[in-house]
Amino acid sequence: MREFKIFIIVAFFTGILYWGVEPFAHTQLHPHVEAPDYTFKDVEGLKDIIGSAKVGAEIVATNCTACHSISIVGIPPPMNDASSASIYGVVPPDLSTSGKLYDANYLAAFIKDPASATLTQHKFKNGASHPMPSYNWMQPQEIADIVAYLQSIAPKEITNKEVFAHACQRCHSIKYGDFYGGTMAATTPDANIKSYMGMIPPDLSQHIRSRSEQYLHEFINNPQKHLKGTAMPRVGLTLESENQVIEYLTEVGESKKAERESLGAPFLGYLVIFAIFAWLWKIKIWRQVH
Amino acid sequence: MAEITESFFSADGLEKRLNGKKFWKVMMTEYWIPKDINFLWAMGVVLATTFALLIISGIFLLMYYKPDTALAFDSVNYTIMQEVAYGWLFRHMHGVAASVVFLIIYIHMFTGIYYGSYKKGREMIWISGMLLFVAFSAEGFSGYMLPWGQMSYWAAAVITNLFAGGSLEAYGLVEWIRGGFAVGDATLTRFFMLHVFLLPLIIIKLIVIHFYTLRIPHINNQSSEDIDYDAEAEKYLAGNKKESKVVPFWPVFLSKDFAVLGLFLLFYFYLVFFNYNFAMDPVNFDPANPMKTPAHIYPEWYFLWSYETLRGPFFDILGMRAGDIGLIIFALAQGIFLIFPFLDRDPDILPAHKRPKFFIWFWVLIIDLVVLSIYGKLPPTGANAWVGFYATTVFLLLWISLPFITKSDAKARGAL
Repeated sequence: MREFKIFIIVAFFTGILYWGVEPFAHTQLHPHVEAPDYTFKDVEGLKDIIGSAKVGAEIVATNCTACHSISIVGIPPPMNDASSASIYGVVPPDLSTSGKLYDANYLAAFIKDPASATLTQHKFKNGASHPMPSYNWMQPQEIADIVAYLQSIAPKEITNKEVFAHACQRCHSIKYGDFYGGTMAATTPDANIKSYMGMIPPDLSQHIRSRSEQYLHEFINNPQKHLKGTAMPRVGLTLESENQVIEYLTEVGESKKAERESLGAPFLGYLVIFAIFAWLWKIKIWRQVH
Repeated sequence: MAEITESFFSADGLEKRLNGKKFWKVMMTEYWIPKDINFLWAMGVVLATTFALLIISGIFLLMYYKPDTALAFDSVNYTIMQEVAYGWLFRHMHGVAASVVFLIIYIHMFTGIYYGSYKKGREMIWISGMLLFVAFSAEGFSGYMLPWGQMSYWAAAVITNLFAGGSLEAYGLVEWIRGGFAVGDATLTRFFMLHVFLLPLIIIKLIVIHFYTLRIPHINNQSSEDIDYDAEAEKYLAGNKKESKVVPFWPVFLSKDFAVLGLFLLFYFYLVFFNYNFAMDPVNFDPANPMKTPAHIYPEWYFLWSYETLRGPFFDILGMRAGDIGLIIFALAQGIFLIFPFLDRDPDILPAHKRPKFFIWFWVLIIDLVVLSIYGKLPPTGANAWVGFYATTVFLLLWISLPFITKSDAKARGAL
């Protein structure tokens, strides 16, 4: 009984200490932010206008393909990555999967005014402008047509790695995705991305360990919430695409997660058996002396 | 010397030469331990086991780790964590054991303080134990640098900078420790050497000394009763096991240790598999970047209380710079426990609950250390800074008052 009391006291102080330096400290170090908003309420989106993919195809052909490739319909990039990065600052995205990756309302708002949709107006002051021009001169119907077209050509299923490659890899490397081959390096060369973003965006190999999943969702959905003034754009991923990005970060950065989780229980089970035998032996031995 | 004629290659001859049976008797079956103990007395064996876990997991990590600023991070986070079979397990075991070992050290230490197991012949046990604490702290700090993450780098930068001595501006010393003007490759390589060679060697040596110092004076017991070991041992050997106040180290004492160890290992491996972030700070999974200071720099939890005494005085007092005052208190905090036996002026060995004022002192100290630890992690702004300041003040007052409080207890008891 006395031992039990002592144990309770030890456990109590250990518990308070743990609570203080872990859960409590984290609430103080990382201020709470609003939950992610996957409807992008703050943007002026499609406003329920129904677009025509057929008309959109023509608009895209005349307005977008001078800079953007659309490999899924056979439109190649106008130049190689290094050249386009040196012209635009960052390699323009291929539009094959845009209709699938990004929220439709966000996409409409982005086409209309990229800097405000990405929440990066602070970057484009004093005459600087977003590398993609605003299409605010277009009719809302035309923008809706473009979105409808992009949605119509996008594949229905897309792998986690592809989501990452299309949504993140133009700026971010993820070295551990192909450690020896190096194919998961950012497509924009370091020198260009550094002058465009102000720094080389971090390699994301270990972000699944260095950030919590919750933080990653909050951050990707709206980078400004946790890092006011950051150059990272809000990219407008749907919840589904964002989940795929995080799954990819897990596959790469926590490749042994499943092994760890499945080994835990049997390992502890073995120790329970050890603990029982140890305890029984102790009782047997101490019976002789008490 | 007795000449031994039995063949070297016979069991008898070997025994004659090694005296294994005698050794076993002295160290095990006739090493007498008081019977009146509780599970806190098992912490020594728990610590020894945790140290063994650290060595074993450390050896596996050492096979793949690369002490080079260009390679270290990837060798840990890619090679060991993703490629090597069960590399992640050894790293988690190592990281979590490095943290848990301090929890057990603190429990072990405060058990000693509570039951007065540091005086009247046991001073050397206490001092060797505190030297072990210092060596483990250095081992923990040097190991934390090796993954070369953001916290590795910035903790190294902050802690090595302390050796400048504030206003003393001993930057030559800092550079000497770092092997350069800034923390860099030379720093990593030398701390690697300390971590895998020199410090483990010192720790092993200190453990041997620690065991040696406690073998002869015998360990304390729950009621701090003075036991006549020869008489009690005789009773035990004569078969009066139930009446004797002592038990042999093997198998009786160790059987209890193993029972406690079983529970401890469950707790420890639960942390290894399911709750490890407290010991493996997520911030350290960002590679070291000398150009980018993390938003918050804090040490591992077991250094937080002393770190907070460093930050506690945040304003200049009587013309002394806040940073210098903090540094002095910090230095004091590192060394003060070492002289505990000489600050306690009570001549009797008694558990704290039989020393009324010391009992209060003890629990105030525990609470103060918990407060210091918690606030040591929080940003030192606004009210937090004041809590840190007052907790540091309480910490100082506790040590100043210790000799008087212990003397007063002794007087009230009539022992002085």
